[in-house]
Amino acid sequence: MFLAFFLALRAAGVKTSLREFLLLQEAMQAGLAEYDVDHFYYLARATLVKDERALDKFDRVFAECFRGALQPKQNPLSKVDVKQLPEEWLRKLAEKNLTEEEKAEIEALGGFEKLMETLRQRLEEQKSRHQGGSKWIGTAGTSPFGAEGYNPEGVRIGQEGSRNRSAVKIWDQRNFKNLAGDVELGTRNMKVALRRLRRFAREGAAEELDLAGTITSTARNAGYLDLKMVPERHNAVKILLLLDIGGSMDDHITLSEQLFSAAGSEFKHLKHLYFHNCPYETLWKDARMRRADAISTQDVLNTYDHTWKLIFVGDAAMSPYELTQPGGAVSSWNVHTGQSWLTRLIAHYPKAVWLNPMAEKQWNYTQTIKMIRDMMEDRMYALTLEGLDAAMRSLMH
Amino acid sequence: MRFEGTENFVATDDLKVAVNAAVALQRPLLIKGEPGTGKTVLAQEIATALGKPLISWHIKSTTKAQQGLYEYDAVSRLRDSQLGDARVHDIANYIIRGKLWEAFEADNAPVLLIDEIDKADIEFPNDLLLELDRMEFYVYETRQTVKARQRPVIVITSNNEKELPDAFLRRCFFHYIKFPDRETMQRIVDVHYPGINGLLLREALTAFFDLRDIPGLKKRPSTSEFLDWLKLLLAEDIGPELLREKSAAKLIPPLHGALLKNEQDVHLFERLAFLNRRGA
Repeated sequence: MFLAFFLALRAAGVKTSLREFLLLQEAMQAGLAEYDVDHFYYLARATLVKDERALDKFDRVFAECFRGALQPKQNPLSKVDVKQLPEEWLRKLAEKNLTEEEKAEIEALGGFEKLMETLRQRLEEQKSRHQGGSKWIGTAGTSPFGAEGYNPEGVRIGQEGSRNRSAVKIWDQRNFKNLAGDVELGTRNMKVALRRLRRFAREGAAEELDLAGTITSTARNAGYLDLKMVPERHNAVKILLLLDIGGSMDDHITLSEQLFSAAGSEFKHLKHLYFHNCPYETLWKDARMRRADAISTQDVLNTYDHTWKLIFVGDAAMSPYELTQPGGAVSSWNVHTGQSWLTRLIAHYPKAVWLNPMAEKQWNYTQTIKMIRDMMEDRMYALTLEGLDAAMRSLMH
Repeated sequence: MRFEGTENFVATDDLKVAVNAAVALQRPLLIKGEPGTGKTVLAQEIATALGKPLISWHIKSTTKAQQGLYEYDAVSRLRDSQLGDARVHDIANYIIRGKLWEAFEADNAPVLLIDEIDKADIEFPNDLLLELDRMEFYVYETRQTVKARQRPVIVITSNNEKELPDAFLRRCFFHYIKFPDRETMQRIVDVHYPGINGLLLREALTAFFDLRDIPGLKKRPSTSEFLDWLKLLLAEDIGPELLREKSAAKLIPPLHGALLKNEQDVHLFERLAFLNRRGA
């Protein structure tokens, strides 16, 4: 049972290890859960989940595993051989869920025995899961049998009511939903994600006095002064940020702004340039895209060598002509296609990713997104915490 | 010995389970949550509740893991050697014990708080893996192994500025303090200001949760800020009527400086108030 739960967690992408699972067993043995399902839930959560972004996933898996009977996908009736259902069980099930008044009503309808008899017949006749309708046993119908129905003389099969209500509710509330990794993010979260890119290095000439080192080596040297120098320590990562601006990007302007401000404070070597829809022979240093701010893409390629990491930010949504045809650009006449410029950029910068503020599930509906994604060799990531994280990992590899 | 919260601290059920598990199984407890939800206070309260001394180790960006174990004070040894002090011959005189050593050597297993572990360098948690796991470390200068007499209760807090390495996380219990709901908040206030005017509290809670619900706030006010604000309200003797006044000009709650901590948020609020006034 617990093993199945553990495997389900891993399958759902909660990074939990055998070590933590064993720790949970140890905690159970130490009597920390005290046969209380709430406490078990809290204990399992404290033991198995180490990231608040995974808490929501955990809640969902927990609900699924320990409430299997309530899950439409796993209707218990489809697994149980209904002919074998003991009457005792049926009776218990009904008694648990019926109030005194309801029981009285059942008596009025011909008694408990008759109701149970009918239930058993129906269970035998029924082959598949059923929802709605007025005869079969399933959910949300008006038949006397099944869950969440309206018939007052109904018998509930597998619904929250048969369990400790408050216990089920805790993980059903999904308190941690807004901490899940796929939500949009503020600059602070972005900074945390961008920090993956930090690579501190002491590079260049040794120009700083290493005070601690000097003292240590002098002391070890029995008091004879021994000076030590080190180079200054700084983040050695260099980022070239290309931002799509205007047009369809207007919807995502706050998100891009946030990313930009987060990146700006995080990297010492950050160069940002703008393009409209697709980079062509000209890029702009300013979002207003005036002629004076223009810089030729070839110059960019020459100035910033392959040690820079390239990040595109754009929705990649445009007319296919803008990508494939010379002269397809909306703002000016381009001799070479957008596609060829993109290829040049990608070839020049081996570390490149594309961040797309559009929701990932919409990507398939736009032809150019698919084309650019192919050109990027799948290194297109959604502009969410998870996507950003994956993108930074890819840049670091 | 179980932790059930104290008279100064309202602990939710899930927090109690996590704390008790960490105490019983002698594993570190990692606490995360919005700022101002009582992460640091928790360690003090655990210490009080369990009757143990508290040792706090506050982490800064320059803190090294080694400083928690011990430091070799080479400078004083240098000075002593030049002054001809006899102490200089025993290197142990210059080993300064860190917080972890202190906690390991204590007679009564203390509560060790490692506060804001995310402030330190990315490698910091990794450097403490073995020490937290086996509760022992080796002092190279004196060639001795320091071993914990009793395993201390270790509470680690993080503000999520850096991600912690997986290997480190595997060794901890984890609890995320989520922002308290209204009822929990009421209990918290009752603990801090017993006998507060019920009407005032109700109005203040409403104003506070309304404020937190405003979209676009850069920093939403936290529990500790709410408590500060209440204190101010009491000190200034502001009545519930004033809080309830929903007239447009009064949209900003009195003494909002305790709740809103940056000028953009105040500005946003003033703009909303202005729009409201025009609409009215």
